[in-house]
Amino acid sequence: MWDYSDKVKEHFFSPRNAGAVTGANAVGEVGSLSCGDALRLTLRVDPETQIIKDAGFQTFGCGSAIASSSALTEIIKGMTLDQALTVSNQDIADFLDGLPPEKMHCSVMGREALQAAVANYRGEVWKDDHAEGALVCKCFAVDAVMIEETIRANALSTVEDVTNYTKAGGGCSACHEGVEEILTRVLKEQGRVFDPTGAAPVLAKGKKLSNLQRIRRIEGAIEAIRPNLQRDRGDVELVEVDGKNVYVNMTGACVGCQMASTTLDGIQQRIVEDLGEFVRVLPASAMQHRV
Amino acid sequence: MTQGIYLDNNATTMVSPAVVEAMLPFFTEQFGNPSSMHQFGNRVGLALKQARAQVQTLLGAEHDSEIVFTSCGTESDSTAILSALRAQPERKEIITTVVEHPAVLALCEQLEKEGYKIHRLKVDSRGRLDIHEYMDLLSDRVAIVSAMWANNESGTLFPVEEMADLARSAGVMFHTDAVQAVGKVPINLKDTCIDMLSLSGHKLHAPKGVGVLYLRRNTRFRPLLRGGHQERGRRAGTENTASIVALGKACEEAMQHMEYEKTAVRQMRDRLERGILAAVPHCFVTGDPNNRLPNTCNIAFEYIEGEAILLLLNKQGIAASSGSACTSGSLEPSHVMRAMGIPFTAAHGTVRFSFSRYNTMDEVDQVIRAVPPIVAQLRKLSPYWGENGPVTDPERAFVPAYA
Ligand SMILES: Cc1ncc(COP(=O)(O)O)c(C=O)c1O
Ligand code: FES
Repeated sequence: MWDYSDKVKEHFFSPRNAGAVTGANAVGEVGSLSCGDALRLTLRVDPETQIIKDAGFQTFGCGSAIASSSALTEIIKGMTLDQALTVSNQDIADFLDGLPPEKMHCSVMGREALQAAVANYRGEVWKDDHAEGALVCKCFAVDAVMIEETIRANALSTVEDVTNYTKAGGGCSACHEGVEEILTRVLKEQGRVFDPTGAAPVLAKGKKLSNLQRIRRIEGAIEAIRPNLQRDRGDVELVEVDGKNVYVNMTGACVGCQMASTTLDGIQQRIVEDLGEFVRVLPASAMQHRV
Repeated sequence: MTQGIYLDNNATTMVSPAVVEAMLPFFTEQFGNPSSMHQFGNRVGLALKQARAQVQTLLGAEHDSEIVFTSCGTESDSTAILSALRAQPERKEIITTVVEHPAVLALCEQLEKEGYKIHRLKVDSRGRLDIHEYMDLLSDRVAIVSAMWANNESGTLFPVEEMADLARSAGVMFHTDAVQAVGKVPINLKDTCIDMLSLSGHKLHAPKGVGVLYLRRNTRFRPLLRGGHQERGRRAGTENTASIVALGKACEEAMQHMEYEKTAVRQMRDRLERGILAAVPHCFVTGDPNNRLPNTCNIAFEYIEGEAILLLLNKQGIAASSGSACTSGSLEPSHVMRAMGIPFTAAHGTVRFSFSRYNTMDEVDQVIRAVPPIVAQLRKLSPYWGENGPVTDPERAFVPAYA
């Protein structure tokens, strides 16, 4: 069962402003029977001050649709039309101490009814700007159509992009598979291939080093090992850092020493520990072999 | 335990009385389906939410939605590995270890037949991995690394946090089978790079048949079971509510007893180990004694066979095991002991004693008294044992014709 807040329950069991307002001069109707949700919002607006004097709702829908409608009317009464237009669906949800993720679309319907009513009052035609598709992201109530259109409009290519533009996927991440499917399909139409590795993985504890910091750390690790080698009259110097490969030059007694590979292992271990990431320490002579 | 001494807690544990009490109402008055709209469902839904939070706390997970309830540790292991393969079809390699539980090894064997390349990291004589071998295998061909946190037979701990760091920096997913570790060692997943973790209820005083897959937020995932929207669509199937509630309670209790596990349980284990090693010649501890679970000790008794030891122990009401619960049905020496290079004459004679907070020092002393005569009795029968000690060169002294 839904985890409704007490406020939602209260507005469902004792809704405020239910029914049509008498003498209404603004009406907004959104939703449809086939969606299982429909809301008619009626307002009485003072033509002088543009203040909403009274608001009433008639809702066909679930518990949270009714509670959202009730909340909406409470929020906007006494506001000017322009103020009312700034009310977002999140404001409605917040007013109710939150809605379950799957029910966020109920608050969206409230906001749309409001926009429709204001348009009606001003003699404009309100256009429902989104056809509703299957709900993909439950955490943020984002549907497939919305995701698809946003991908097209902004040439998005990763799940991260979609999250940044639509919020979808920014919560529990259970919908990432669905978002990936839409990305794969849309990109394919454009002759592109969805690359799931597009976004670089982040290291734990936010320990992402800049290139310079990284090289400093590697140098530091090598400096710390040199005294040991020098005691055996060998030495080591850093030659090049190329991604995950660290090339070093072994000098002095280390050259041709049978222990050289053990020493490289030791250096590698030390650098990995200091750096907290995976690198491979290789002799500089290996550089020419690489493609 | 009222009858007998139970030292086989790595195989399974007693369901704690408080856990039984917590779960019972969910068979009777709280029987509702958590997905239902009515109050019968609602109360159960709230109980699941609480259980999820209790598991989250024990694992130190950042979000409660990272906890996915499953039917057992085996299901969690399979889900993790198969998900990684399906989400990254271009990656055809898996890194695991030779000492994993069959829940991972048998799956990997099957995947090998299906064309995947399985890298099984070897262990040394104390059951430790070679981290360089591991590093060399990490590449963008690898779909997932699966390495156990603690070994069920020897208790040896793998450095899974470091291994996960390395995997992350190489862009590879990391899963750990922590079935034996959860509840016995502190875990704080939010500070690690571990992407997935398996646990099983019956190893920490919850019932059998309930498990968890920890799934780090933003880890690419493909469900094993599709169907209803349970577990946010990541594991369909009506929830095993009574057992999930039980697991939550068990996690809460494990959290409270963590310190006890590290001190009192360890002391019992150490006393048993010292007592046996002092009283019995030709036996030794397997695994890495300095780096293992506090509740586990695995002793190899040379020149005698483990099952015979178990039968004689059982006659005195002492329950232990030889090899893991799954392998103890067969007479094969355990793959874990063989991987550590334990000679056959000793590998067959390994006995695992695994403790829980329900054991007592008094029980330990009884076992210390019981073991030496049993070993002596069996050695008298053994062709590898002479008058006062092992025969010289046992492998050659007795070579049965069928071997
Ligand atoms: C390390 C390990 N992994 C997995 C399992 C399997 O767990 P379950 O019995 O819940 O499937 C076990 C239990 O024996 C185990 O010890
Ligand atoms: S369902 Fe999309 S982030 Fe949770």
